[in-house]
Amino acid sequence: MMLSPLSPRCRRAERPSSSIVARMMRTPIKQAKAAVYRLLTLLLVTSLLVPAAAKGESPAPLEFRLTDTCPASFELQDGGCVLRNRYKAYRSLRDAGVGGLKTGLPLLREGFTPQQIDLGRYLFFDPVLSADGSVSCASCHDPAKGFADGRAQAVGISGQTLPRSAPSLWNIGFFSTLLWDGSKSSLEEQMQGPLYSPVEMGNNPAQLLEVLNGNPTYRTLFEQALGSSPIALDQIYTAITAFESSLISLNSRYDLYAHGYHAALNEEEIAGLNVFRSFVARCAECHTPPLFSNQQLAVLGVADAPGELIDLGAEAITGDASQRGAFRVPSLRNITRTAPYMHRGQKATLEHAARFYTGGRGHEVPEGESLMIHWHIWEPQLTDREIQLLATFMGALTDEAFMPEIPTAVPSGLPVTQARKFASGNDVGFGAQ
Amino acid sequence: MPKTAGPYKQPIGGQTMFNLTTNSLYRAGASALTLWLAACGAQATIIEVREGERIQDAVNQAAPGDEILVYPGLYSETVYVDKDDITLRGVVEGGNWPHLDGNKQLNDAILYSGNGFSVEWFKITHYKGNAIMGQAGNNFSIRNNWVINSGVYGIFPEFGENGLIENNILSGIEDAAIYVGMSDYIDVRNNQVFDSVAGIEIENSRHVLVEGNLAKNNTGGILVFITPGLPIKSSYDAIIRRNFVLDNNTPNFGIPGSLVSQIPAGSGIIVMSGDEVIIEDNVITGNNNAGIIVTSQDFVTEIATDTGSDPNPDAVQIRDNVMFNNGASPEGEMKLLMLTKFSTTGPDILAYQGATAAERGSCISRRNAYRAHGVDDWADCDSPTIRATDAIAGREPSDSTRAMATKMLPEPAAPRVINDDASGAEIVYQGICAGCHAYNVRLIGPPTLAIQAQYGEDAGSIAAYIANPEKKRPDFPTMPPQDHLSEPMRQLVGEYMLALTN
Repeated sequence: MMLSPLSPRCRRAERPSSSIVARMMRTPIKQAKAAVYRLLTLLLVTSLLVPAAAKGESPAPLEFRLTDTCPASFELQDGGCVLRNRYKAYRSLRDAGVGGLKTGLPLLREGFTPQQIDLGRYLFFDPVLSADGSVSCASCHDPAKGFADGRAQAVGISGQTLPRSAPSLWNIGFFSTLLWDGSKSSLEEQMQGPLYSPVEMGNNPAQLLEVLNGNPTYRTLFEQALGSSPIALDQIYTAITAFESSLISLNSRYDLYAHGYHAALNEEEIAGLNVFRSFVARCAECHTPPLFSNQQLAVLGVADAPGELIDLGAEAITGDASQRGAFRVPSLRNITRTAPYMHRGQKATLEHAARFYTGGRGHEVPEGESLMIHWHIWEPQLTDREIQLLATFMGALTDEAFMPEIPTAVPSGLPVTQARKFASGNDVGFGAQ
Repeated sequence: MPKTAGPYKQPIGGQTMFNLTTNSLYRAGASALTLWLAACGAQATIIEVREGERIQDAVNQAAPGDEILVYPGLYSETVYVDKDDITLRGVVEGGNWPHLDGNKQLNDAILYSGNGFSVEWFKITHYKGNAIMGQAGNNFSIRNNWVINSGVYGIFPEFGENGLIENNILSGIEDAAIYVGMSDYIDVRNNQVFDSVAGIEIENSRHVLVEGNLAKNNTGGILVFITPGLPIKSSYDAIIRRNFVLDNNTPNFGIPGSLVSQIPAGSGIIVMSGDEVIIEDNVITGNNNAGIIVTSQDFVTEIATDTGSDPNPDAVQIRDNVMFNNGASPEGEMKLLMLTKFSTTGPDILAYQGATAAERGSCISRRNAYRAHGVDDWADCDSPTIRATDAIAGREPSDSTRAMATKMLPEPAAPRVINDDASGAEIVYQGICAGCHAYNVRLIGPPTLAIQAQYGEDAGSIAAYIANPEKKRPDFPTMPPQDHLSEPMRQLVGEYMLALTN
């Protein structure tokens, strides 16, 4: 694999746009109030980018280069990036990707080219994907917050509180059950939800295509990565899927233990692992290694607010009353980075989340509700020490060694966004009580 | 006596020991074997554990192929085995067993994830979770254990391939005494299960032989289920053969919310959604609800729908079974159902819900011999008669399962190893090293080119350094130690790194 000096492996060098507007935007806007910020970025998109393209001006000089190198732990094979990981030496029963310590993973979305992955990275961090240029994917899936946002409930384009918590994207390329209600089976399908939801990124396909096709840099990059123009929606989805599928976290200390190096975990962590996989706590029955999710729907009976069931989960999609309050089992990898927990952030800490499972079957189910609580929810009578051991063990599932480089600039020239700070934060669920 | 098991390590041949099934035999031959195997250069060792010592300490010091002998006495611990090819063998002396007791405080008695795990001759009581639980261990053997009032499940291999559960005696279990869950190629033979909610449960598993067991006085005797909501969604190719399924009339004391808490007392064999289940040559008597129930997932309520899971049982074969005195006092739903058939007693055989249609492809032998309902549209299975002369001559009718000795694999499931060779080194390099070292670019660590310039062809020095790194370059962080890699692997990875050209 040959490396261009401009596109080193992993740490991709950025060549930020030198345009005056982009330079002006960066510093002052960061400190501006949200409203002003959105107004200005809206102005930027509508009055600068689109008209420039419409006038058919000559494309700006190429200042963004896509890397020809695969992300860390991927290797170029037949033109595509293929994961190299020790779990690939193991099988899993019926290739289900669930089991114990030395168990193979589910099928990964892999084989994307380095350029597709890199293009996806720019798109992921580029607020141009939202209706008013104010939020990017990274606004709710912030690398610094485990690719979630640290909030109980995510915040939408106009500052609305969304019904659910933003899920982490680490290892998301292994998942074929997506969203909290499990209603999507591919990332391409899934991302159209937030992109076009009026309360999330607020965009629509026509505007998205218009803005991207109006950006000469993106046109060039898409042509390099996906080989045809104009930019089509499927190409956008492919590139973002390529990037998201490259977010690999499989080298935690737990993983060293799983591969046979038992000194990687200390005594407390091993004791925690044994509580975790015991048939008393039963965590591993649904949070099954190696992904720490079995990708099934489960009805836990966590109240949305004290005495309230607001979010119907899978029932809202399927209309099947037995799936009332059913949500996808999330992965626990890098879980210490993504508090608060549960679909609505109801539990402030891992201890709170773990303690829910020993509170008794249905103890939070509002009166009058009848939920088909999962059979593994029972009364394990976990001790305080066991709760603490569980949290300790989950801490050993942290690995962010293959954190992708966050671009310092994106082709739109808009400021790179990460999780936003709103004064009206709802960062702590009621479970903190 | 030293506290640790260390001084008692002695070399033996682990593989040879697998053939010895009784401890007295072992003890008589041990010293001769030791000598013989020492002469043959065998690698495996025996580690002895006696009362007052911890079994886990022996497991921690054991290497693959080793055998841990546990002498009679009381042990109170959770033993976990995350290594391959470990044998835990109890030594029973004059009727005294090594006894694992959880005082209703400890979670599970024995947890294993390694391949090739064997556990036998233990008495296990009073754990909160399971007595013996496997998570993705293949090629296991669980034999000759005695489990009383212990846990949710007595023996529960999960995600396992190729295993034997034989000659165990289990009672007083709150769910299934023996539970084969999401596993393939398993034999469950000659066990005795009683006074539990479920005797033997085969759930979301394939290629299973349940033979020669005695299931008595449970709530339900033998179950073959597809449970919705699990990640592996099928259950097919199970043979239930030559079992005694007797008087399973114990009132249900299942844990609220568990699936088996919905099983009506008095149920002999229940097939819920399972496919290609052959029930043959069993003795099924005195089950007060029904002898055999074949049904769909409608059988259980209060469980969320799983659209990925086929609710109906297909291709069930009820062949020659001796059945009488079943259904003396049907329970709840069954009672109502039988009243619609103008009967106050339960049936020998009931197919209902999604099980009755001809297109399910199920069949029954000698249908007129039984009080059977819901099988009118089922085909006739052939019901060959075996004469004594046939049996002696080994002549078996080709359409019977009687000649099939096992569902286990002819060869063990493949080992899960990363070989100490070039391909293993590539996996390690790309999976770990490449996170910090790129070829000609600075990442977290220095570029591979710079390392090549420094070490030339001296992979040995890289191998030594990465086991115990020290800070070398002021502008780079100290490398984390890689002593989790074996010495040969460190050498190979060093060679791989020095040979890289891009």
